Amino acid sequence: MAPTVIPFGPQHPVLPEPIHLTLTTKDEIVTEAVPQLGYIHRGLEKLADIKDFHQLVQVVERVCGICSCIHAATYAQAIEALMNIEVPPRAHLLRVIWSELHRVHSHLLWLGLFADGFGFESLFMQTWRIREKIMDVMEATAGNRVIISVNVIGGVRRDLSPEQCQWILSVLDDAEKEYKELGKVFLDDYSVQKRTRGQGVLTREKAYELGACGPTGRGSGIAQDVRQTGYSGYAMLDFEPVVENDGDSYARCKVRYREVLQSFDLIRQAINKLPEGEINVKVKGNPEGEVITRSEQPRGELLYYVRASGKKHLDRLRIRTPTFANIPPLLAMLPGTELANVPVVVLSIDPCISCTER
Amino acid sequence: MLHFTPTILKNLFSKSATRLYPIEKREPFENVRGELDIDIAGCKLCGICARKCPAACITVDKKKGIWQVDPFACIYCGICADSCPTKCLYFKGQYREPVIQKVVKIMEKPVEEQVDQSK
Repeated sequence: MAPTVIPFGPQHPVLPEPIHLTLTTKDEIVTEAVPQLGYIHRGLEKLADIKDFHQLVQVVERVCGICSCIHAATYAQAIEALMNIEVPPRAHLLRVIWSELHRVHSHLLWLGLFADGFGFESLFMQTWRIREKIMDVMEATAGNRVIISVNVIGGVRRDLSPEQCQWILSVLDDAEKEYKELGKVFLDDYSVQKRTRGQGVLTREKAYELGACGPTGRGSGIAQDVRQTGYSGYAMLDFEPVVENDGDSYARCKVRYREVLQSFDLIRQAINKLPEGEINVKVKGNPEGEVITRSEQPRGELLYYVRASGKKHLDRLRIRTPTFANIPPLLAMLPGTELANVPVVVLSIDPCISCTER
Repeated sequence: MLHFTPTILKNLFSKSATRLYPIEKREPFENVRGELDIDIAGCKLCGICARKCPAACITVDKKKGIWQVDPFACIYCGICADSCPTKCLYFKGQYREPVIQKVVKIMEKPVEEQVDQSK
């Protein structure tokens, strides 16, 4: 039988992100996948010409709603490196707390969408109910629910009072208890395993060769986590990267499940180690030179390149997001997958197309 | 097997996790950035907010004594309120209500106040 070509996306009931895949199938088995991107390009990097480098903090936050705090922190880190600004240790740990809260809510969002992807709608609702507790923490501490705008160049804009820290710890305990109950469903349920085990296998060699990053790489046994480089406040905290070796959708789900627990732990550590002191420093002058900074987003490695020449506006701002790196591994996962399982496999890399296209 | 049953039973006998918004509204948290508003009597019309706003949603006209904001372009970052020298900008706790037509919020500074400022 001749192969059939099936268009998948950019609008799809399961996928929230606009990616188009041209799938070549033979007897309902995918033999080749060709991606097409560019549906939501917004030209945010070009905005560096119009907005000054302080205003760009708010612009880069809007590259991706889900990990906005980490985008802003990484950008601020780049400018601070250019201008030799020493950020106070309290600000570093506050950035860690908010970044990890973002990681928790991003992973809970993904776990819910993934549950929806394999058809377990009530699990999706339960996951998002837990996520709502984290959103409340962000709203109460930072002022907004998703794009929290706490980072500025030189530190952070809001502080946490000791009462707020205690309240955060109690909310985390609550959320963790409920989350662990759901964990049994995600990791041991027969129907969940049936839909995810052995789907979209990416071997360790292939993952390394194609440059998979974040949970996609760690699900295939690559123990790489940029947080280990000790940027921001991570040097003060203890943690090991979460690694699974199976390389299938189930392994990637398990990595993210365990990373949420790891983030809970990191937030507790950061709150306990929070030193007294200033939360930001005054910034004078304009940046000059060029710099590359990296950080770990919920989806993987985020890279910022900034070039400036002592003016208010930057010469060049380049953002490389983790989904950009994870699309080639996705194309390697798809051949051999049944057509009905394509949404599960595509979701398993946690695609963020708005990030990729900026 | 049956890992989800305890959760189902718990949900069956507990109250709803959502509420009937907009009929029933939650008390906002402290310092939440809801809708942007101005105490126009305290405004000097210096225009720092308009220059700092990353979304360029604020316009200040010193001659006509007008401060205006496009609430649909506002991104609720709070930079304007932080940099306001007289602290006359503030955020309400509640979020902006949905509307049928988009409007720009125009605040005019009373004339006698302006005279006071120039003295």
